[in-house]
Amino acid sequence: MGRITLDKVQKKFGETEVIPPLDLTIEDGEFVVFVGPSGCGKSTLLRLIAGLEDVSGGEIRIDGTNATDLPPAKRRLAMVFQSYALYPHMTVRKNIAFPLKMAGMDEAEKTRRVERAASVLNLADYLDRRPGQLSGGQRQRVAIGRAIVREPAAFLFDEPLSNLDAALRVGMRLEISELHKRLETTMIYVTHDQVEAMTMADKIVVLRAGHIEQVGSPLDLYRTPRNRFVAEFIGSPKMNIVDGEEASRHDAHAIGIRPEHIDVGEGPWEGTVGVSEHLGSDTFFHVHDTGLADVVTVRAPGENSHRAGDRISLSPQMDKLHRFDWEGLRIA
Amino acid sequence: MATQHSRAAARFMIAPSVVLLLAWMLIPLGMTIWFSLLRYNLLMPGDNPFVGFENYSYFLTDPAFQTAIVNTLLLVGGILLITVCGGIGLAVLLDQPMWGTGIVRIMVISPFFVMPTVSALVWKNMFMNPVNGLFAYVAGVLGLPAFDFLTAAPLASIIGIVSWQWLPFATLILLTAMQSLDSEQLEAAEIDGASAWSRFYYIKLPHLARAITVVVLIQTIFLLSIFAEIYVTTAGGPGNASINLTYLVFQESLQRYDVGTASAGGVVAIILANIVAIFLMRMIGKNLDA
Amino acid sequence: MARAVPNSVKARNTAIAWIIAILIFFPILWTILTSFKTEGAAIADPPVFLFFDWTMENYTTVQERSDYFGHFMNSVIISVGSTVLGLAIAIPAAWAMAFVPGRQTKNVLMWMLSTKMLPPVGVLVPIYLIFRDWGLLDTRVGLVIVLTLINLPIIVWMLYTYFREIPSDILEAARMDGATLQSEVIHVLLPMAVPGIASTLLLNIILAWNEAFWTLNLVAANAAPLTAFIASYSSPEGLFYAKLSAASTMAIAPILIMGWFSQKQLVRGLTFGAVK
Repeated sequence: MGRITLDKVQKKFGETEVIPPLDLTIEDGEFVVFVGPSGCGKSTLLRLIAGLEDVSGGEIRIDGTNATDLPPAKRRLAMVFQSYALYPHMTVRKNIAFPLKMAGMDEAEKTRRVERAASVLNLADYLDRRPGQLSGGQRQRVAIGRAIVREPAAFLFDEPLSNLDAALRVGMRLEISELHKRLETTMIYVTHDQVEAMTMADKIVVLRAGHIEQVGSPLDLYRTPRNRFVAEFIGSPKMNIVDGEEASRHDAHAIGIRPEHIDVGEGPWEGTVGVSEHLGSDTFFHVHDTGLADVVTVRAPGENSHRAGDRISLSPQMDKLHRFDWEGLRIA
Repeated sequence: MATQHSRAAARFMIAPSVVLLLAWMLIPLGMTIWFSLLRYNLLMPGDNPFVGFENYSYFLTDPAFQTAIVNTLLLVGGILLITVCGGIGLAVLLDQPMWGTGIVRIMVISPFFVMPTVSALVWKNMFMNPVNGLFAYVAGVLGLPAFDFLTAAPLASIIGIVSWQWLPFATLILLTAMQSLDSEQLEAAEIDGASAWSRFYYIKLPHLARAITVVVLIQTIFLLSIFAEIYVTTAGGPGNASINLTYLVFQESLQRYDVGTASAGGVVAIILANIVAIFLMRMIGKNLDA
Repeated sequence: MARAVPNSVKARNTAIAWIIAILIFFPILWTILTSFKTEGAAIADPPVFLFFDWTMENYTTVQERSDYFGHFMNSVIISVGSTVLGLAIAIPAAWAMAFVPGRQTKNVLMWMLSTKMLPPVGVLVPIYLIFRDWGLLDTRVGLVIVLTLINLPIIVWMLYTYFREIPSDILEAARMDGATLQSEVIHVLLPMAVPGIASTLLLNIILAWNEAFWTLNLVAANAAPLTAFIASYSSPEGLFYAKLSAASTMAIAPILIMGWFSQKQLVRGLTFGAVK
């Protein structure tokens, strides 16, 4: 079980309020991702849940019991740190067994659990090495191993992949998702990378300056962003935002259209191709002189003959248009 | 997670160190200042009347005092100059690729571990002695007259001995700092067309600034109080030629047992050290924040 | 910079560096060599370098005539004693400052460093009188107390520098893993702090072993460690080069060897972590 409820949770550092009172419910077994630009308070929120920071107000409930004043160890949560935070003087085996040792578990059970975790995470061959002798990906797995042996109510991940190189990151992303499928335990995952959020989450919480901007499934956020911030943060490349005359024609202060929702070919818009990025499967055109915005990004199929300097016509898919009012909120 | 409780515990843990150091500083300091205002000589039992600043005027007008101040500054300045310049040179040299770096390092660092009394004695007798010293022999081979270092140039000789002791320290610190320089910076400079000398002057030397500051600070603390080397080699002589402030106060107190004058001298030494310290603490304070 | 350097350049560097290093090391080398010579060979003209009759006689003479071993034990007791006492006082302080830093922590540290600025001669008179009145002159206890106090700021700073490098993530991880404060200290902090404590210990033994100002002024025959014992060779025994060399070699050998092993720590320790 691992249902976590935040009720008007608030955090101040001295006079500055980093997290204004905030409500959030995380259901048992859910994979929740906190995402937002750096400094948005996502890590602080995670540390409040972990008990590594004291809340300045409000209540944190884990499975119905009030955990607000419980020390971290009593919350039945496990955490994977960005720096992995492995104990450098202990072998992998001892690192993974440490929480069990602290819980006073008997040797046989301890060995059994460590070996099981090691086989799940492909660490069996490394159990007698020290963290210093492992690669980044292996260290990451040890940190996860240390978390899973405790069979916690929920896992907390604090930007766990940001120290890995790109290829490894994709692999670990998959491994963590698979782990979640297998364990069916609640996971809370903090990242600034919207791709990680989109690919892993059951539910995404978008944060900005301590505020929750929107909560929803990845596709909810993609299809119906509640405001311009979410609209621009989710999706890659970024949504095009157009204001002025074109927006007024749609009865909005600003309109947004994703690059993948603009077709090249007969249409109302026109512009000059600038830089084009060829990814093989797709081509991204950066189109200038449209009279709409400085640059309009367009996603076109990979095989494409347009070159820099060509004039092209653009046709937005009108049903995929997002409209925003002057406050930046979505117009339904 | 700094809770109220852990803060209280922290204060409790820091207290012994602070209290001891405070006591070590304040009690003797207070006594020194008090004694400096008394006529107080251990060889003359009886009352110790309050005499105001008499001891100070006596100490400050003593011709030995002026010599001592000048010598103190010459010692600190001379040794700093030699060790910092020599240290930079040696650090550059040891930073080059070569065979046997480990042994070279060990040889270069060794003088630092030699106790001051030993190094002073060895230099005085086995090297600088005008009859049997090795320098006298070398001079003889070159056809020069033997030079009586500690009589003819006592202060310079002491500067030499103490520089030998501290050069390794400066070298080691500057070398460590040099090696912490990101090699990509040097490669970037090389690609930008900087010559070996320009790379040293524009990149390595500025990188060493912090380390040089630290060397100057640490050495000054110790060099202001050079004592054993003078005690063993010249005892401040001939005359007062190689006396420094520390040694002068030592003479007043433990050789002439004039507590009053020695205390006045101690206060003067503290004031001098503070003037130097304020200037230095600013430097290192800035560097430690960086 | 793993770039191939021509061997000729490397050979030139090696030659220059070795010549300079041998020159710097020469006084120590010469002292060690002379300690194995007879007094006659020690002042031979021209000086003999390696080809003389090696003898151990100087060492036995020094021991017999002036109880070298007694002074050696004084040095050991005083340097180890003051270092251990200093560590006992400093470890909690450095610990607290590194892991529960407050607004004043930096100031307290700077203040501690500033006490090192107080010239010892400024407090020589009162300390001498206090020691005389309390019967601490020429005792090992007295010297242990003074050396503990003068090295305390360095010990605190060094430990602080080491402790601060233990990442707080790891302490938080231990807390998440269910460690109580006590097990956090025993299983996580202490093992990670041991190397730092060991180098602090080593460096302070070296500093205390070589301390000369207080040693020369506060002890005479009884409690004299090697620094003071050697100073007694000032004259006229200083002219017996071989015996002087033997005594000197014995006085510096233990610390020289310790120093070679701790040269890396020396940099971090004595620069208060300002140079890495």
